[in-house]
Amino acid sequence: MSIENLIWLIPLPPLLAFFLIILFTNKWKGLSHTIGVSAAGLSFIGSMIVFFSAIQVEHFGEGEHIFASSINWLPTGEGFFKIGVLIDPFSAVTLFFVAITIFMIFLYSVGYQNYGQPKGDHDHMGLPPHGATIVDEHGHSHAVLSVEPMYSRFFAFLGLFAFGMYTLVVSDNLLTLFVGWEIMGLCSYLLIGFWFAKPSARDAAIKAFLTTRVGDVFMLLGLAYLYSVTGTLNYRDIFYNAEVMHHLSETITPIFGLSTAGLIGLLLFIGTIGKSAQWPLHIWLPDAMEGPTPVSAMIHAATMVSAGVYMAIRIFPLLTAGWHGHELTPTMTFVAFIGTFTAIFSATIALAQNDIKKVLAYSTISQLGFMIAAVGIGAYVAAAFHLITHAFFKALLFLGSGSVIHGMEHGILHTGNHSVDPQDMKNMGGLRKKMPITFWTFLIGGLALSGFPVVTAGFWSKDEILADAFGHGQWVVFITLAVAAFMTAFYTMRQITMTFLGEPRTKEAEHAHETTWTMTTPLVVLAFFAVTFGWIGVPEHFPGLGGVLPNWFHHFVSGTLLEHPESVEFSWIPLGTSLFVALGGLTLGWFVYKDYKAGQPDPLENPFGKLYPVLQNKWYFDELYSATFYRLADWISGVFTPFMDQVVIDGILHFFARSTGVIGNTLRDKFDKPIINELIGDGTAALVQKGQVLKYLQTGRVQSYLFGTVSAFIVIAALLYYFF
Amino acid sequence: MDFLNTHLLTTILFFPVLTAMIVWILPSDQVKAIRWTAFGGSLIAFIFSVYLWMNFDPNLAGYQFEEQYIWYEAIHSTFHVGIDGLSLTMVILTTLLTPLAILASFGIVDRVKAYMMLFLFLETGMLGVFLAADLIIFFVFWEIGLVPMYFLINQWGNPKGERELWGGIKISSRNYASLKFMVYTMAGSLGLLLAIQLLGVLFRNYDLVYLTQRWTSLDPNGTLMGVSTATVKTIVFWAFVIAFALKVPVWPFHTWLPDAHTEAPTAGSMILAGVLLKLGAYGFLRLVLPLFPEQSAQYAGWMAFLATMAIVFGAFAAYGQTDFKKLVAYSSVNHMGFVLLGIAAAATKIGTEDATIALNGAVLQMFNHGLSAAGMFFLVGVIYERTHTRNLEDFGGLFPLVPVYGGILIFTSMASLGLPGLNGFVSEFLVVRGSFPLLPIYTSIAIIGLFFTGAYILKGIRKVLHGPLNEHWAHGEHKLTEINLREIIVMAPLMALMLYIGIWPTGLLDVINKAMSALF
Repeated sequence: MSIENLIWLIPLPPLLAFFLIILFTNKWKGLSHTIGVSAAGLSFIGSMIVFFSAIQVEHFGEGEHIFASSINWLPTGEGFFKIGVLIDPFSAVTLFFVAITIFMIFLYSVGYQNYGQPKGDHDHMGLPPHGATIVDEHGHSHAVLSVEPMYSRFFAFLGLFAFGMYTLVVSDNLLTLFVGWEIMGLCSYLLIGFWFAKPSARDAAIKAFLTTRVGDVFMLLGLAYLYSVTGTLNYRDIFYNAEVMHHLSETITPIFGLSTAGLIGLLLFIGTIGKSAQWPLHIWLPDAMEGPTPVSAMIHAATMVSAGVYMAIRIFPLLTAGWHGHELTPTMTFVAFIGTFTAIFSATIALAQNDIKKVLAYSTISQLGFMIAAVGIGAYVAAAFHLITHAFFKALLFLGSGSVIHGMEHGILHTGNHSVDPQDMKNMGGLRKKMPITFWTFLIGGLALSGFPVVTAGFWSKDEILADAFGHGQWVVFITLAVAAFMTAFYTMRQITMTFLGEPRTKEAEHAHETTWTMTTPLVVLAFFAVTFGWIGVPEHFPGLGGVLPNWFHHFVSGTLLEHPESVEFSWIPLGTSLFVALGGLTLGWFVYKDYKAGQPDPLENPFGKLYPVLQNKWYFDELYSATFYRLADWISGVFTPFMDQVVIDGILHFFARSTGVIGNTLRDKFDKPIINELIGDGTAALVQKGQVLKYLQTGRVQSYLFGTVSAFIVIAALLYYFF
Repeated sequence: MDFLNTHLLTTILFFPVLTAMIVWILPSDQVKAIRWTAFGGSLIAFIFSVYLWMNFDPNLAGYQFEEQYIWYEAIHSTFHVGIDGLSLTMVILTTLLTPLAILASFGIVDRVKAYMMLFLFLETGMLGVFLAADLIIFFVFWEIGLVPMYFLINQWGNPKGERELWGGIKISSRNYASLKFMVYTMAGSLGLLLAIQLLGVLFRNYDLVYLTQRWTSLDPNGTLMGVSTATVKTIVFWAFVIAFALKVPVWPFHTWLPDAHTEAPTAGSMILAGVLLKLGAYGFLRLVLPLFPEQSAQYAGWMAFLATMAIVFGAFAAYGQTDFKKLVAYSSVNHMGFVLLGIAAAATKIGTEDATIALNGAVLQMFNHGLSAAGMFFLVGVIYERTHTRNLEDFGGLFPLVPVYGGILIFTSMASLGLPGLNGFVSEFLVVRGSFPLLPIYTSIAIIGLFFTGAYILKGIRKVLHGPLNEHWAHGEHKLTEINLREIIVMAPLMALMLYIGIWPTGLLDVINKAMSALF
């Protein structure tokens, strides 16, 4: 089979799994997860074959050195809109991390959803499992974890989710990218609201879908715009085509004086803002933690939010059209601002969260901000690099946090105290001894997130972004991101310290338990990549290491676009900054939280003063939106529209109806009765009375009406027959 | 077979009437036989139209399978029927939805015979409009379709509910709704009939092809009956537009729709949303654009304005409803707005590639909305039949009780929402794509409606399926039962088509695309 045909097949196994499970196997849990995991495995194998074939091609990405194939899809007048698959350097590396993380998440879900455990005593569809009681051979009863009641359904949804992401990655055009994009939107809705009977989960699901949809409708407009200007949505035909790009960047639109490319880029970028949870559309992502933890990993690392950055990198030529390497274009300034602001903004919120998953959620938003900022200053390779390393270590961290929660739930079932929140870090502490594999892998992930020097992947990618910001002279971006990186290291160490170090702060934490192999294996695999993946992108001039390992990543991914970006010159300032913020943040975090005891206020509460509740409440953005947009929408739909329809429009109609009645009655009372009836006599009066009787027919005698209709048909038929 | 090949259109057209006659002969107490006969008859009509589809040549311009009979010689009107890619799409939709609607009505126990006969007459009425190639025939069938629907709402509609009018007068809701539907459409028909008469008197002929050719080649600077041609054309144009706009329905003529839908029986709503609304849009495509290209271009901005209002306020209104059926009814206003937006955009620069794409989108949207609206109304009916309430506040958390129904509802809702991968997306994208370069501002405003489409669809799912279980429906006599096999069979073909068109719209769009290229 040719590679091109194989690429078409990559997204299909998870889709097939979705339909098989939904339609046929949903009653059998084991069979369903076998289908789901095998499907993810098949796609994984296919992706690896494609990836390794791609890296063996010389000058991959240039001219014809790509894997592409397409077919006609939508007829458009004379021509066709084509859809197809494309693997160029950027989609090849994306495919690599997507395949690994998705496969690991599938495997992990088997354990996380308690496969093999008994059915819960009081479990219902739509609620998380509450645990079951079993009696051992000595007659003692134990509370144990119970299996998820909608176990099969979970794998079906994960399958559809994976299908959406694979479709997005292998697409050769923005429309099928959008198809995958929206399918993931649906899946995030279904999976965040997986425990739909919980009002919080239900509302979080809707929030996620609608907030991202704000971005999506703008993106759709951007697609329509781009398509109508260029006549295509194919990446290669637009972004790899100097003539088209030149045309797009030279024509000026009436809106803010942007070039056509700049305006289209902006519209499409609003889609990224929604999907990658950038300020001001970031509000859905923390709430998305309502879903089961594998879903959080799926959304925050492997698929959904990565999709937003993926597109931002794809449309890089549009965003940067007219840029010559110095002054940022207006669109780029906007992108850089959004990214940088989001990076620091959500880092501040992460400082004050106590929910283990919420900290990670805000750190995701912040890290995505780093990538977007990198795109905005013209460093798309750095953005792509951070996208991938982040996917590995953030998937690891989420799955690790899921493992922690699972361990805590074990402790809760042991003590029977269900008032303890298994996700609250204040209730943890000392878990390193109870859950060693989880601890070590989580530590690796946390260090990668903090950018722990040299060893971890996160260091190399984050350093590259800072170096690019510095190299391009973007001082504001550079300093802001450095501060955000410092906070990242700080809150990550805070999280590690509160969760794993010190002594257990509750009985539940004392009885926590390491999780099963299906959960720990993915942790180990991801931890491997969270370390090693950075080594393929070591800059040439890095002291000591540069040149020992080739900067493979930069060379390979640079081939995606026509112009190959130069690596920035080495400077000690960004490197020193990187080292300082990572190590400084980690040390400070450990120092502040190492003696944190149960019942104490958070050590940051005093120094932060009144700012602390503001951070805890996420700068009150949810409240702000409720007071403005939601209320406006409610008013338009609940008050204004009914008024317009029922009072104004129907009022006019009723006025006509009433006037007709009044005129009719007046004529009858003032003309018919007194004049006609008087003059002509009883004959007409009788007719009028007949009319009165006839009127009542309308209320019931359908047969007579039917008779009328039928007779009409018979007459028509007879006429036809006669004239034939 | 030979007879069938030469009389295929009249066979399809009158087969439902023939079936109705058979139903008439059956004894009234043989309810089962009546139901199955009606279903079988409409199914055969569908099979005929599939046969038609397979023998249709999309590459030919103009009518195919034409039949022409002498009908009303005195006014030079002939019984002329024919089919092209546009009408073929609508005929398939009609003949597909009718058997499904009849199958959906198997729960009807009151006066089954009359009900089924009305349904079959309704099918012929609608088919006649799509097949007519003569304006008088067009008008006759246009009116015939009204009558059965009036009685279906008036007689089999929701028996509960009262409506207070002015001065404290109260009438039952279904009387109000059916009368509003009837009078409203009749009001539009009046102008339509006069306009058709004018054309007929001018050219002493009602044949559509002939009329189009003569009418559009009139000297624009000349006079007709003492008035300048341009003025006459503008007046006639508006007569047509209003008649069709009422039917689509376009804002602000849409208020009959939620009333009619709420009161109509389930199957009535399916056909009303699925097919009857398409008659209006079909009128725009078949008559308004071909007969009045200049006027359409001139007033395209107005049409686009109304379409945008329908899209935006249809979505807002749907979002504001607490009645599940009204929510779906308003969604029709929202979705049909896209059809008109596409038509209005195409009218600005007819014949260009953008215009063709917009028209492709509009026609496909008609077909897609037929599928999804029929499906949605049916699903509302399924739950109404069991709970006897449509109030969204009375439901809640029903998903665990009815997982299959829930899955089907989410699927159909997503098609209605325009999720990529399902049918609605393809047509909405084509409309937006075609309209954007022609009417950028209206298209940009319309996407607000697109956003709120998501909001109201999710609201429906949220209130019915999700959240804490409303215990009322969990136990005892109120216990909600799962969707049954017959009901699944009604939904299955709709869902299969939604998915199929979402993934592979190429086949259907090819026919539409060629028809639109040939027509304009």
